[in-house]
Amino acid sequence: METEARWTADQVLALAPDAASRKAGARLATPAPWTGAGTAGTAVWGLCKGSGSKPYQTAVDVHGPAFRCTCPSRKFPCKHALGLLLLWAEGADGPVAAAAEPDWVEQWTSARRKKTQEAQAAPARAAGPADPDAARKRADRRAVRVEGGAAELEQRLTDLLRGGLAGADRGSYQQWDEIAARMVDAQAPGLALRVRELGSVPATGGDWPSRMLEETALLHLLARGFLGREGLPGPLAETVRARIGFTVDSAELLAGPTVRGEWLVLAQYDSADERLTTRRIWLYDEGAARFALLLSFGAAGRAPELTLPVGALIEAELAYHPSALPLRAALGPHRALTARPDTAPRGTAIGPALASYGTAVADDPWLDNWPVLLSDVVPLPGPDRWQLADASTDDALPITTPAPWRLAALSGGHPLTVFAELGPSGLRPLAAWPPDAPEPIAV
Amino acid sequence: MRGRTETMDITWDDLVGSALLGTERRRPAGVVGDAEEAAAGLLDAAAGGVLRRRAGALPGSAGERPAPAPEDRRPGLPEAARSRLAQLLADRTGDGGRGRRGAAPNLAELLPQWLSVARKEGYRAPPALLPALLDAARARTDLRPDALALAGPRGLWLAALNPDWKFALRAGHPGAATGDPENAQETRRLWEEGLFAERVALLTRLRLTDPAAALALLAATWRGERAEDRLMFLDSLRTGLSAADEPFLEEALADRSRNVRATAAELLSALPGSALAGRMAARARSCVSLSGDSITVEAPYACDPAMERDGVAPKPPSGRGERAWWLGQLVDAAPLATWPARLGGRTPQEIVALPVLDEWQPDLHAAWCRAAVRQRDADWARALLGPPPAPTAPVVAVGDPAKLLSILPKAERAAWVADFIEAHGLSEAFQMLGVCAVPWAPELGRAVVDALDIARDAGSYPWSFSGVMGLAERCLDPGAAEQVAVLSAAAEELPDGAPGAAVYWSEAFQRLTGTLRLRAVMLAELRGIPGTRTPEGAAP
Repeated sequence: METEARWTADQVLALAPDAASRKAGARLATPAPWTGAGTAGTAVWGLCKGSGSKPYQTAVDVHGPAFRCTCPSRKFPCKHALGLLLLWAEGADGPVAAAAEPDWVEQWTSARRKKTQEAQAAPARAAGPADPDAARKRADRRAVRVEGGAAELEQRLTDLLRGGLAGADRGSYQQWDEIAARMVDAQAPGLALRVRELGSVPATGGDWPSRMLEETALLHLLARGFLGREGLPGPLAETVRARIGFTVDSAELLAGPTVRGEWLVLAQYDSADERLTTRRIWLYDEGAARFALLLSFGAAGRAPELTLPVGALIEAELAYHPSALPLRAALGPHRALTARPDTAPRGTAIGPALASYGTAVADDPWLDNWPVLLSDVVPLPGPDRWQLADASTDDALPITTPAPWRLAALSGGHPLTVFAELGPSGLRPLAAWPPDAPEPIAV
Repeated sequence: MRGRTETMDITWDDLVGSALLGTERRRPAGVVGDAEEAAAGLLDAAAGGVLRRRAGALPGSAGERPAPAPEDRRPGLPEAARSRLAQLLADRTGDGGRGRRGAAPNLAELLPQWLSVARKEGYRAPPALLPALLDAARARTDLRPDALALAGPRGLWLAALNPDWKFALRAGHPGAATGDPENAQETRRLWEEGLFAERVALLTRLRLTDPAAALALLAATWRGERAEDRLMFLDSLRTGLSAADEPFLEEALADRSRNVRATAAELLSALPGSALAGRMAARARSCVSLSGDSITVEAPYACDPAMERDGVAPKPPSGRGERAWWLGQLVDAAPLATWPARLGGRTPQEIVALPVLDEWQPDLHAAWCRAAVRQRDADWARALLGPPPAPTAPVVAVGDPAKLLSILPKAERAAWVADFIEAHGLSEAFQMLGVCAVPWAPELGRAVVDALDIARDAGSYPWSFSGVMGLAERCLDPGAAEQVAVLSAAAEELPDGAPGAAVYWSEAFQRLTGTLRLRAVMLAELRGIPGTRTPEGAAP
């Protein structure tokens, strides 16, 4: 019996961790190398002929989604899973038809089901740490170390401003790397990250002293905020803790109050540095006019495990991280809905979007990416920087990403709806709905 | 966006100034204490400042707006075809180092056909894929006509914004080739100011629709063009060549450049009614005559200035006799209609069958072959080709069989090549296959697949036939997929075969099957027919 709406080929391809996997997956989207392919419930499986004598066993649980393949690839999902899903996406008349689960698939799905049930049962136990005393002592020790780091950083920043920024563009990264390393030692990864970014500001040219002063002042505000956290209102103190790099366990969060909703997956994209791949997934519940940001991480060169197809609607429970500005969330129990949105969500004009960012900055001064939905906007090409402009007023915002040709092609000079991250230097468009398109198209 | 002007006591610029110089040297107004306290005060003030700047940012003013793209009323692609195009475009650059191994179908071979069918069906390209489509057309000139037609007005609109896609504006210049008087001026401007390649393209395009206008364009600037350019421009007159071009070509016979003269002569000789063809016919006639039931050849003894002026090259390439060289040129420039009259009213078949005295036959027949190709004379091509040689007979090609075949009607061509392959296998058939119409006729496809099967049984490796395999992926009728699928199953090693060959053959046939099925699916998708694929890989 089939209970799951099949995804579109685009949604499958959007799961690919990189362009090479996308190509390799598309190549395997032909029946020739596959045997024993089938689908039942939320499971899709098949055997794919590889270079060896034994075919790879590939299975996908489209709830989750979760992937399993006996191939040696470190890519996630691997090309076999993508190829299989592409065949599945061709529909019930396609090469992946309803069938009974073979043993090896059944074992995997039942193991998964068991794990999920345990996980759902677990929060009750995880809500309180096993040894509250030991946990409090650990937390106190860390707070002391972070305070030390914050105080040291404060001293460095005042020294910097006493001597002047003028030499900063000649200075090497080395001094910044050194300070960043000190912040890592002090268990304040959020400070370390901002320090490293500060070191790269002079190289960006243009009006770098102004940007450098902005970033220095925000870093100062964050360090001071932590040192004076006792005097801050609760939610702001939580925001400061989160920005410093204190994390909250997802299971613990989900054990607390959750928000249930029908979430549209607006965008998913990865950014990577030498240590970590970070995946950002933006969700939007139109009924409640609420955004949520899911973060998931993978070791260097590996794609994070959580992946949701752009344009899908999921029914899910989310738990927001404590903050003055609830945005980042942990994903709880969820399932994909067979329904698809029938219209683009309603957005605002540029002015109100910018005003919402202004209000948000007052709550969280360190805010870099504020989600905005813009209606009736047009991308305007420019020699250096593109703009996104209201179709009927003179208002425009700069686009920070390199020439967004796909967005321009979708628009053709006509107004469309755009989802973007708004930051201090402008917009990063992530998805667009041309007129009459009910589902977001990644740009 | 821009920051709101500071209304506080200390302006942002003032803060930046102090920050640059350092509080030891410059303290911002209103900040007190020693240098260190002042630095902390500066940071406090800046923190307040940056928040006011960000929270109070106002929208910037919109720059110049491009005129909206014209509407494209053509229907959008069926959903399956749209995602197929996305895959084909994503895979476009992926095949570099992969070689011709493995069992997966070769997607790069499918894109040209996909584009050409989609264009014929009259679809418009999905806007989201336009950038990838334009990039593909930029990389592969053979894709351009179909890709740009599909991209339509929005593709052109987009290309106008990006210098990387400028080629689209040239190649797809709207109206430049339609002879529309409104665009005559634009055509003229492109001809006068365009780059060499643009001008050649313009001329070729215009020759398709309005040969006289193209000739007029060329004649207007002819004297000022460089010799190499003149040669290429002249070459483009092949398209739409007619008696109207004769005066211009006659003049070009006196050109300063030898190559231009030779090309002009060649073009004139392809016009059987031209004065040059007449002069060459007279010369050729004097060399070839009937004596009894044989042909006697009396090759020229000299290449006189008049002959040279008509394009005859006096110096033979090394290894060829002067007289045979001159004879060849006279005969291949003479209209073929000369010969039945000259040789007793015989048909081309009868003439080709006549014995030729003194071993002149190879030279004479080779010249007739060239003439048949140049004058696109099917009767003569058929006569010169004869039936495909018998399996036991040695393959002695008269002239270039592939070129002669290209003159014949499609069905006849396919039948001839199929017979040839049945008799002689594939090793000499590659070029002949290249001139056959796509998709291959059923009998031709069957002959190719059978020959591949025979080659496998003979125990050689499949890569000796990789050229034919590649052609088959592009040209076999998708209906042949099942015939090939049967072959991909058998994989037992032959006792006397090359080691491992059976597996590679099986892989090669699998890939061919996969590509053919994919082509069938792809075509069905373009026609909007869902679920045509057999669930071959699915569980029972």
